[in-house]
Amino acid sequence: MKIGVLALQGAVQEHLHLLQKLGVEAITVKRAEQLEDLDGLILPGGESTTMGKLLKKYDLIESLYQMHEQGKPLFGTCAGMILLAKEIEGQTESHLGLMDVHVKRNAFGRQIASFEANLVIKEVAEDFPAVFIRAPYIASVSPSVDILAEVDGKVVMARQGPLLASAFHPELTDDVRVHQYFVKMVQESMAKPSRVRV
Amino acid sequence: MKRVGTDRVKRGMAEMQKGGVIMDVVNAEQAKIAEAAGAVAVMALERVPADIRAAGGVARMADPRIVEEVMNAVSIPVMAKARIGHFVEARLLETLGVDYIDESEVLTPADEVFHIDKSQFTVPFVCGARNLGEALRRIGEGASMIRTKGEPGTGNVVEAVRHMRTMQSQIRKVQNMSRDELMTEAKELGAPYELLLQIHETGKLPVVNFAAGGIATPADAALMMHLGADGVFVGSGIFKSENPEKFARAIVEATTHYEDFALIAELSKNLGNAMTGIEISQISPNERMQERGW
Repeated sequence: MKIGVLALQGAVQEHLHLLQKLGVEAITVKRAEQLEDLDGLILPGGESTTMGKLLKKYDLIESLYQMHEQGKPLFGTCAGMILLAKEIEGQTESHLGLMDVHVKRNAFGRQIASFEANLVIKEVAEDFPAVFIRAPYIASVSPSVDILAEVDGKVVMARQGPLLASAFHPELTDDVRVHQYFVKMVQESMAKPSRVRV
Repeated sequence: MKRVGTDRVKRGMAEMQKGGVIMDVVNAEQAKIAEAAGAVAVMALERVPADIRAAGGVARMADPRIVEEVMNAVSIPVMAKARIGHFVEARLLETLGVDYIDESEVLTPADEVFHIDKSQFTVPFVCGARNLGEALRRIGEGASMIRTKGEPGTGNVVEAVRHMRTMQSQIRKVQNMSRDELMTEAKELGAPYELLLQIHETGKLPVVNFAAGGIATPADAALMMHLGADGVFVGSGIFKSENPEKFARAIVEATTHYEDFALIAELSKNLGNAMTGIEISQISPNERMQERGW
């Protein structure tokens, strides 16, 4: 199994570190051709406007769509969640537009409102130490999206088939449980006979 | 229970800026150009360092109206500068809701002995440093992010290079020391022992370290990334260049793809003139901004 971390900008090393802690081969990805032999990809936290522009400029979008069509799991944290979302509040265009969620950027406020909280995450943990930094939340989801965690009644983690998104940063702690969940998603997708191997 | 202003949240904010470019802007229009070019944050100022240098006199915190104008213009984080030791300017910036405060040598220091006790604030701080001792003193006071001082407003990268190389080599030295040498090293560097011990064990600073002070071209930005910077600040380099939009975009892309020299060569074509630089020896030592801070 080989999982990539999109490394255009943001907290890349932290994701690599947790994946390696789980014994998974993890590489940084800056170019479309690096996506080809991956089994899954993490889109990290950072600035979504910056990453969105670089995704487009360096022609990564088509290759990401191909990964998705092949059923390979994608996991977006914070800015990564915004990249995955189909709708972004106040913006007419989405970035990848893959996941049926409507997200609101900087939804909890500016940096002074950034916070830590312990979260109940369905199928993952009862007390996950979650770090929210100028975090977005999911304002609404389509019925095919499974809500995994909430803070103050706002959706902060969700899954839709091979797409996983969190508004917080599991990579900023040493807790591997969210990454473990994603690795399991990748394992399951690899076991599916329907998956087209390239 | 939500906990705000924790170390993890303050340092984490800087982690999210890694691999990115933070640009100095003086109004909403420039802020929008920076955001459109892919900046990860903007620094709202009344004047860029090159103009501060030219104007002389006392440089203070920007007019809050400018800071608010910039905050309203963009969705990326907005930083602002307070004078060294001026904790009231910092408190004002915190109430405005800026995302990061730079306790900066670019402004005229308000205190020639003490820096701001940054641990008392909910908003995170970035501070300049020329060497490991200075970086660790600032982190000890509560800074959540470090940047090299370089020599601001010169368009001359030589001082940023000196400061980054110094820090990296001192980190390597501390990492390779035996544990019983650390207390004396802490004394020599003027650094908190506990932080030095942490560097000895991890081989890196406990916070993000950006390059700043004199970066003027895509190649300068890539050079600093090769020397171990986590990202770059570009002050006068963008809006004092002939074509700010082009320079901004090229510097963002060169920072991401700093290992791709053919690409950076491509990005560097037809940019027009970079800002006019100043040779460091032409600036008398008492006018060097990097000497400010203790």
